[in-house]
Amino acid sequence: MTDELEMEEGGGVVKKFMFLNRKAPYGTIYALEGLEVVLISAAFDQDVCMAFVDDGVYQLMKNVDTTGIDMKNFSKTYRALEGYDIEKLYVEKESMEARGLTEDDFIVDVTVMSSAELAALMNEQDVVISH
Amino acid sequence: MLHIVNKSPTERNSLDSCLRLATKGSAVLLIEDAVYAATKGTAAAAKLQAAMADLKVYALAPDLNARGVAGRVLEGVNLVDYGGFVDLVAEHNTCQSWL
Amino acid sequence: MKFAILVNEGPYTHQASDSAYQFAKAVLAKGHELYRVFFYHDGVNNASRLTVPPADDRHIVNRWSALAQEHGIDLVVCIAAAQRRGMLDENEMKRQGKDANNIAPGFRISGLGQLVEAGIQADRLVTFGD
Repeated sequence: MTDELEMEEGGGVVKKFMFLNRKAPYGTIYALEGLEVVLISAAFDQDVCMAFVDDGVYQLMKNVDTTGIDMKNFSKTYRALEGYDIEKLYVEKESMEARGLTEDDFIVDVTVMSSAELAALMNEQDVVISH
Repeated sequence: MLHIVNKSPTERNSLDSCLRLATKGSAVLLIEDAVYAATKGTAAAAKLQAAMADLKVYALAPDLNARGVAGRVLEGVNLVDYGGFVDLVAEHNTCQSWL
Repeated sequence: MKFAILVNEGPYTHQASDSAYQFAKAVLAKGHELYRVFFYHDGVNNASRLTVPPADDRHIVNRWSALAQEHGIDLVVCIAAAQRRGMLDENEMKRQGKDANNIAPGFRISGLGQLVEAGIQADRLVTFGD
């Protein structure tokens, strides 16, 4: 496999990583700790994207106020991703619509794509890490 | 691509999501509680059988045995052991676990 | 072929760690290389030296330790996830001013970068979780 991979300037391997988020925030820690992996991955100069499917789309909600549950509000981290050169954020249209949401409900700009488009994109990845 | 599902289809939506996002020619491996989806007479059976037109479906035999459902496996589901699980991962470029 | 494994749940509650262990053994039996097993989320609890299961049950922690010892497998526990959950090695115990440590032999505590690096170095990364 390695010989097929694109080489970055330093001679290191660049793989396509997809971080696939399927869990809602706060009810479990997966969204928060999943985001921590994404931030760390930025230091490795890989070709990183994030996809939001199923309840994972709820991670992107605006108007989050966690003061009443005394948990850290990490909504702003999604806005900070751009500063880490993580700019490819995909939302599956079917998941978004099944939850009565539109792009306007999200805290960051995302690319909404159909299941078929996202499936094709998944097939192109070298590594998929799903939470 | 190899899709690995480990949740019962009557408890979570992982199998539905997997089938929605698995493309023609992909493989689906059912492990842990997902092996119930590979058994006859369940609500998921028809869904899985329809998916078999485009996907190869496998189930982990040790997990079927552990749950007492080895005798109820749907026709067309291929049984593998852990060695077969390793082979499936090796044969496909990427794998995705629908946790 | 080079494999890496990600374990996202602790021992006993979920089957994840058992499945990961059986898979790891099969990887080795097939003659493949197991580059690393990374423990994240509650998966860090697989590294507790203080685990005491009933005598007639499998010892999940010791089983991983033995695998590391016999095959030189790199078992890495995420430091941030571990600290949240009270898992400390001797160095972290001193650094955090705590009175005990609990990491089992064969496991080492390190950063999340080790997971990303495993994804880069290994040909396949397989995740086990809930």
